[in-house]
Amino acid sequence: MIAIIDYGVGNLFSLKSSFAAIGADTVVTGDPSLICGAEKLVLPGVGAFGDAAALLRRDGLDKLVKEEALAGKPLLGICLGMQLLFDYSLEYGRHEGLGLIPGSVRPIGDYIPAGYKIPHIGWNALHFPAGKPVSPLFRHIREGECVYFVHSFCGAECGESLIASAEYGAELTAAAARDNVYGVQFHPEKSGNVGLNILRAFCSL
Amino acid sequence: MITKRIIPCLDVKDGRVVKGVNFLGLADVSSPVKLAKFYSDCGADELVFYDITASAEGRALFTGILTEVASTIFIPLTVGGGINTVDDFDRVLKCGADKVSVNSGALRDPSLIPAAAKKYGDQCVVLSVDAKRVDGQFRVFAKGGREDTGLDAIQWIKSGVANGAGEIVLNSIDTDGVKNGFDLEMLEAVCDVVDVPVIASGGAGCVDHFKTLFHTLPKVDAGLAASIFHFGEVSIPDLKRELAADGINMRL
Repeated sequence: MIAIIDYGVGNLFSLKSSFAAIGADTVVTGDPSLICGAEKLVLPGVGAFGDAAALLRRDGLDKLVKEEALAGKPLLGICLGMQLLFDYSLEYGRHEGLGLIPGSVRPIGDYIPAGYKIPHIGWNALHFPAGKPVSPLFRHIREGECVYFVHSFCGAECGESLIASAEYGAELTAAAARDNVYGVQFHPEKSGNVGLNILRAFCSL
Repeated sequence: MITKRIIPCLDVKDGRVVKGVNFLGLADVSSPVKLAKFYSDCGADELVFYDITASAEGRALFTGILTEVASTIFIPLTVGGGINTVDDFDRVLKCGADKVSVNSGALRDPSLIPAAAKKYGDQCVVLSVDAKRVDGQFRVFAKGGREDTGLDAIQWIKSGVANGAGEIVLNSIDTDGVKNGFDLEMLEAVCDVVDVPVIASGGAGCVDHFKTLFHTLPKVDAGLAASIFHFGEVSIPDLKRELAADGINMRL
């Protein structure tokens, strides 16, 4: 059973449907006992970092998710859920994240040249860092396949944690990981078969 | 680099796709769920669903169909038609829509755009505009292109984006249905004033029209069409392959 963590942000319908399409059992929940009992965790999220982090803390889910992840349970953060895994974000002030993946969250505008539209919306190709083994999360997909992005902020200073990037006037962080903790900036649940293959790989971790 | 998007548009009335669909090899061409899956499988980058139902029962039926479509396809889904209030946004987003397109509802009440953008984010609000040349001006038309609002389209789009519309669908009434190519002049005028994605609609008749669109106006992000896809005059996989071969960045 995979727990999709519900802490009051965003619509989890598509995410639940995508896992159903690949035959994975999920429960959408904010209940600590279900989260502790699940084999894997998915942290979704849309909206502003500060608001989402506050909601996660309000319910005490920040500590729980962190404990579970540090104990070795596979965790996948998606979009804002990925950004929450970093140390901190500079979206409208400084906000602390969960600190599970080294790095920070900064405006895309700090990196890309003028003339590029923000948010970065649409299908973009994934590139894997050279000279490193491909992350197990991408074992069912190929370099250069496209996934769907919608974001105005992105992971920065990920260093060795970077497992995929996307070119948008600059190399933007598309995915990062440390040990059993994975984060993807794009929406696998909106990325057609490529996205489903990424979720499949997560399910078999 | 981000790819250009190809978007088929389905008009749904009383739970069925209308406006002529003529596919070979698809058992029930009027089933929105089957057609949506067909397009998703053949490489459409996004789908647009328009609810052209007037009655309350029709609307409930549409909501049911939308839920079924959203749980069947895993590409971005934009929903429009009958969106007049923030509650309407809520209704379709809960069914699995990713973006909501407003047209007449925003003309009647321009505060709908900022209210929805504040609640769901700019990326969720698509402003769809039907425009036509009148007295040397691009004029906004309402009620499916039947009523001249007197508004200048460029100004209307500019203010819509300033208020939080995250994407523009520009449908040129002048080129719509003529199949002689997109309205490059009108699209350029819009691209010049906004920095959000612009989706071209109206006038596509063949693959070359998409080539001309993306080569002439690199700022246009997507091409939308209905009947040429529904009637199989242009197949999406062939279109995308030809565009890619012509140097246009596509998701294949």
